[in-house]
Amino acid sequence: MITLYPKHLFKVPVGAECISPDFFAEKSAKEVATLQIWEGNRKRNLGDLFKIKYETDSKSEEVTIRICGDASKVRRIGAKMSMGNIVVEGDAGMHLGYQMNGGVITVNGNADSWTGFMMKNGTIEIKGNAGDYIGASYRGSTQGMSGGKIIIHGNAGYEVGCFMRKGLIKIYGNVERFAGIHMRNGTIFIQGNSEGRAGAQMINGKIVVCGYISSILPTFTIDDVRPKVKVNDEKVEGPFYRFIGDLADGGKGKLFVSKTRNPHLSSYEEYL
Amino acid sequence: MDIAIKDGKIVEKVGEKKAEVVDASGMIVMPGGVDIHCHIAGAEVNSGRLLRPEDHFKDVEVKTALTRSGVGYSIPSTFTTGYRYSRMGYTTVMNPSMPPLEARHTHEELDDTPMVDKATYPLLGDWWFVLEHLRDGLIEECAAHIAWMMTATKGYAIKIVNPGGLEAWGFGRNVNSLDDSVPYFNITPREIIRGLCKVNKLLNLPHTIHVHTNNLGKPGNYVTALETMKCVEDLAEENRPAIHVTHVQFCAFKGSDWQTMSSGAEEIAKYVNHHNHVTLDMGQVIFTDTTTMTADGPFQYGLYNLTGNKWVNHDVETETTAGIVPFRYKRKSAVHATQWSIGLELALLIKDPWKIYMTTDHPNGGPFTAYPNIIAWLMSQVARKKTMSRISKRAKRKSLLPSVDRELSFYEIAIVTRAGQAKALGLTQKGHLGVGADADVAIYDVNPEQVDPSKKYRTARKAFKRAAYTIKGGEIVVKDGQIVRPVFGKTFWLDVKTSLPMEINDDLKRKFREYWTVEYENYPIPDRFLHVPAPIPVKAEV
Repeated sequence: MITLYPKHLFKVPVGAECISPDFFAEKSAKEVATLQIWEGNRKRNLGDLFKIKYETDSKSEEVTIRICGDASKVRRIGAKMSMGNIVVEGDAGMHLGYQMNGGVITVNGNADSWTGFMMKNGTIEIKGNAGDYIGASYRGSTQGMSGGKIIIHGNAGYEVGCFMRKGLIKIYGNVERFAGIHMRNGTIFIQGNSEGRAGAQMINGKIVVCGYISSILPTFTIDDVRPKVKVNDEKVEGPFYRFIGDLADGGKGKLFVSKTRNPHLSSYEEYL
Repeated sequence: MDIAIKDGKIVEKVGEKKAEVVDASGMIVMPGGVDIHCHIAGAEVNSGRLLRPEDHFKDVEVKTALTRSGVGYSIPSTFTTGYRYSRMGYTTVMNPSMPPLEARHTHEELDDTPMVDKATYPLLGDWWFVLEHLRDGLIEECAAHIAWMMTATKGYAIKIVNPGGLEAWGFGRNVNSLDDSVPYFNITPREIIRGLCKVNKLLNLPHTIHVHTNNLGKPGNYVTALETMKCVEDLAEENRPAIHVTHVQFCAFKGSDWQTMSSGAEEIAKYVNHHNHVTLDMGQVIFTDTTTMTADGPFQYGLYNLTGNKWVNHDVETETTAGIVPFRYKRKSAVHATQWSIGLELALLIKDPWKIYMTTDHPNGGPFTAYPNIIAWLMSQVARKKTMSRISKRAKRKSLLPSVDRELSFYEIAIVTRAGQAKALGLTQKGHLGVGADADVAIYDVNPEQVDPSKKYRTARKAFKRAAYTIKGGEIVVKDGQIVRPVFGKTFWLDVKTSLPMEINDDLKRKFREYWTVEYENYPIPDRFLHVPAPIPVKAEV
């Protein structure tokens, strides 16, 4: 296990694409300390910004990187990683695990926006809250998250799973507006409440809202009332209203909304 | 053989003791590359950049001690464009589509495109004054007007895009053949092309009219392309080209719909092989993610409907239209793979390399950085077969490529990538290494006596990707694929001298006031606006 302790409080963003098991693998402590990192517009070595503690246990093949301290200004942790583990004891900055291809990232604090954007595989688990654009595509692109799992135990921000293509996003807290916007496929599960406009312009895929949602977009049509819904392999007890949309884009996406938590949507039942 | 360079020109000889010597033994020495058609600057390109942040994200160039940083894969930022061309040994690039109203913007961006000489073609095929003059049969007045326009916009050639169609697009319509009438103006595309071809001749412009045909990108449009070439057949002087049909791949489709779409390259090649008044450029398609942009608004609308991608549509006042749609050419799509095949078929079936030049219509068919790949396909049947094995089966069955065994030599590559293009453009100092030519030289690290490009196409491709040396205006600007000296290029424009200057009457001024957002007085671009202006004097016959 390799533990990184920030040497000081970062005032400017740190671009840390090198904090990834792929870079750390088969490197000595000295080599790791010379990995390149950006602090603002300055090139630094990893060793300049972090105290690196090496605990060699040659038995395990997997590299585990632990970051202890405030990493809320440290961006791109675990970018493009394909194996190993990263544990952040504290907050993580933007672009956490972007384009990641495998491995596990665990954040025991909060994560910022763009967590897991364009990710292809692997797992990201956030114990706290997360920012906007979780598992989204880069600005302008239509290639959102295309595999893997993102689990958030707290709340998430706007546009969760924008242009998502495959995979699973599970949020145990609440989400802001536009969850699953432009969604192409995949699953978004929201245990808490949604601020609304869920599934705008979605083409396919599944969004499950177990909490309160103030209204459904007018471009969605009610399809059925289901007693339960399947989220990957587990079954979630309902009952749920099932809406189909977004019809403005000719979509066939499914939006499941809890019946018991949303009595104000009962007027839809007459269209069944 | 030695090539002597002095004061930016190629000369008979120089004092060897004082001169800097570049040892190019065992390498290919060619004139600097010339690109006849490549959208690199202007309002349209810039809108494309704004539209596609994701295109920048995946391709970033870091600042070095000599070069600036930049971004962009299919639409690189201006400085990066210049550097990338120079690294491939190109020294002259033509920006083919400039709405006259956006001339200022275009020239500002061209000024910021270093390393290469450049010029730009104003779009005049749907310019209201042109339509009015041609409708009334006033060819000489039209010529005088265009002479003024060339100077006012600092342009180089007459660009015609979907003649008549762009004006019709203003009414939400398009023209479907050369004899359709343009709404309000009551003129046909045929009359526009013929009229401007006559004007081009009257003005003695160095390049011919540069035509993007009607019905571009529609199945069955090879007929329109042939008709366009035929319609100026009688205007051609002996053995001199009268028309340049650009990105001809996009107008060589056969069939009645996308299901039956196939290659019309054979018919076009047959015609061009028997006629000398036409020059073409390929508009080759590359299997990649790119951004299509053209002044052909109705065509881009069709593309938007086809793909559902984001779309920019713009009506440039009384002048032209524009459209931008991101696009991905896929190997497994029968249509895209057929398009890939058509481009190469045309280049190989047309026997004379002086008639068809290598372009991708950057960025419409793919970014210009893919030129080395096209060179490999042109030089090697093995390379073509290798790509063929990965494309759509339906396209493969229909393709003519397996029956073509022609492989271009290095000499022919030099023609299709520089000499032919310079000749078609009338740039007498470019595209050759004779005494008096501009000292634009590209040296590629591949030995033509030892490397057989038909087998070792990878070696050739690699060499063309990174020039061993690029010499621009007598200075070494690139060494081993790296910029060693950033330089500004010149901007060519035509200073057309007519015997009588165009009459600036009140009617013209009134029209500017009524129809344009820019006043007549502010319309022309002064010479001092350009960073390094290089006017080419032209004596007109009117």
